[in-house]
Amino acid sequence: MKVAITSTGNNLESKLDQRFGRCLFFVIYDSETKGMEFIPNPNKDAEEGAGPASVQLVASRNVQRIISGEFGIKIKSLLDSLKIQMIVLKEPDKSIRELIDMLNQ
Amino acid sequence: MFIIFVVNICSYFMSPRPFRLRKISNPPVISGFKPYGNKKNGSNTESIFLNLEEYEALRLCDYEMLNHHQAAVLMEVSRPTLTRIYARARQKIAEALVKGKQIIIEGGKVFFDSEWFSCKECGCYFNNPEKQEEIKECPLCRSNNFSNYEQKDDESEESLMRCNNICICPACGFEQSHQFGHPCKDEICPRCDKKMVRKGIPHIRSL
Repeated sequence: MKVAITSTGNNLESKLDQRFGRCLFFVIYDSETKGMEFIPNPNKDAEEGAGPASVQLVASRNVQRIISGEFGIKIKSLLDSLKIQMIVLKEPDKSIRELIDMLNQ
Repeated sequence: MFIIFVVNICSYFMSPRPFRLRKISNPPVISGFKPYGNKKNGSNTESIFLNLEEYEALRLCDYEMLNHHQAAVLMEVSRPTLTRIYARARQKIAEALVKGKQIIIEGGKVFFDSEWFSCKECGCYFNNPEKQEEIKECPLCRSNNFSNYEQKDDESEESLMRCNNICICPACGFEQSHQFGHPCKDEICPRCDKKMVRKGIPHIRSL
């Protein structure tokens, strides 16, 4: 199963980004192959529509779950219709490595 | 003349009330129907587009056997709007049956609803987009110490049933039981002489 995590940097020690649409990086983690991919977010400076554009980017990688601090108002209906699960984690100090360790438990 | 001018100006500057999105609990399991065995002219490739909102109205009214008021509360639209959506759905399906057209279910301004859970182990919130499947563990920390996260303005099934047959005064909140055949708007509140409305319709949700 593929999981997307919003990240503030492009390494394992960087923290979870509390925004979804305008986060700096997306981490696509595959829990079966344990492979991961860091994608810089092209929409991070977008004035409008960053959320739906990011949903499209993540959905094109066949992600089934997204972990982020917060989701905007346009996102929920999109993700519900794509059947992607949202996980809201209000802990900005968690690093990507910790999250992946939790997923691997 | 002057009044017409004023009305024109007003309608030019004032924007109408935004369209209410229809709430849909689950997308349909199929994306359409195809006719077979056309006796007249081979296969008919014409199709009818049934909106998701029309599908949902049909599901609530004819499959779940709810009345229009209950279905309207679930879809978060007014009762007359639901009746219009429902009438359109039946008209389209009848046309497809009579003319032998295929039905494609898509489109419509809708949003899907999914319930939220909160995990007590890792403090995360998560939702369940696959409603048919039951959630057994937290997707993040795999603990089973989680509970339903209720939003305050959530309309549960019981409150739907409770509000079903109640007229309410939008001004003072006075409630009385609804009598079938007597529209709520014809009832006058005994306390403040205002017209009453049915409880649970979208624009008086706060009451």
